[in-house]
Amino acid sequence: MSVFFANLPEYAAMILFGIGLSNLMLAKNLVKKIIGLNIMDTSVYLFLAAKGYVENSVAPIVSASDLGHIEHTLYTNPVPAGLVLTGIVVSVSVTAVLLSLIVRLNEEFHTLDIDEIIHILRKRDREDLK
Amino acid sequence: MNKEKRDRLYAVLCTVLTIVFISVMLFTVEKMPDLGRADNPDINEVMEFYVEEGPEETGALNAVTGMILHYRAFDTLGESCVLFVSAVCVFILLRIDGEASNDTLVAIDRRYEPTDDPILTQTFKLLVPAVFMFGIYITMNGHLSPGGGFSGGAIIGAALLLFLNAYGLEKTERFMSSQLYRRVTTMALCFYAVAKSYTFYTGANGLDSFEGAGTPGNILSAGLILPLNICVAVVVSMTIYSMYIMIRKGGFNK
Repeated sequence: MSVFFANLPEYAAMILFGIGLSNLMLAKNLVKKIIGLNIMDTSVYLFLAAKGYVENSVAPIVSASDLGHIEHTLYTNPVPAGLVLTGIVVSVSVTAVLLSLIVRLNEEFHTLDIDEIIHILRKRDREDLK
Repeated sequence: MNKEKRDRLYAVLCTVLTIVFISVMLFTVEKMPDLGRADNPDINEVMEFYVEEGPEETGALNAVTGMILHYRAFDTLGESCVLFVSAVCVFILLRIDGEASNDTLVAIDRRYEPTDDPILTQTFKLLVPAVFMFGIYITMNGHLSPGGGFSGGAIIGAALLLFLNAYGLEKTERFMSSQLYRRVTTMALCFYAVAKSYTFYTGANGLDSFEGAGTPGNILSAGLILPLNICVAVVVSMTIYSMYIMIRKGGFNK
């Protein structure tokens, strides 16, 4: 049990990832699918941020008077912070592109339901064949 | 098999897959080293170098900023380009055809949104200057305090959206045209690429007289990091604004 509490952020990240994944697969509404994708992204940020944490340490921002004799054990790991930054940028870009695709789909089919869109497309295909 | 049965089977399979996936991941996490211990494998010489040598070499007191805008500057250039490319994709997907007149663009403005609310509009008018100033502060102090180009740019982008909703489309588009967007974003990206390419070309030691200027802790220090932060902030804020305006009405004014 003590292991569980020591690694609580990591467990939470994994469970959040699962919630996002099931939402991505099960939701019919396209916008809800994207919300699921964003939950997955967020869980990865949580995991990375947790990995960079060191107990009893502060953010890696040194004071000017410390220059020359900085102790790295006093600060958290800056590498995961840079990785999270990259992840956020990519997630924002992907979300924007997907949302604009959804706007276009909604203009074409007047629905956000993925099943209905597939149904309409199949019907169109059958009509084209005739 | 009819459609309902197939849907139910799909839902059950998805749930089973998710449960199996979460179980495997939880099992893996249980085997990982405890969080927060100073002797974890990810607290290694890389982190040690970035924290102990980084502020002295780069002049940026914020080790994260020094890392992403000095040692890994090309990675950040790539991130800015990802934002730019995604903005271009949104343009391609949502742009109203070239022949559409300004009247069409105004007519389809806010098809999916409620119109102005007086309480919100007045609150935005109060908030706009403060939010702009906060965004600029975060950008300019990126090498000294938490923040930097990405967070500052996101705040400036939010301030632009607040301005748009407070003062209306007509007043905003007097200065926020597609021409401004194109020129400013391209210039910021080009300056970033040229400046950083030059320093890398000269063995990451170029611009010595410039990079070494200023005492760490002042705003004007840390060499190229401050200009690069401003470039990143410009790209991010312009991207956020352009994405909003494309989704809202399908184009800048003509």
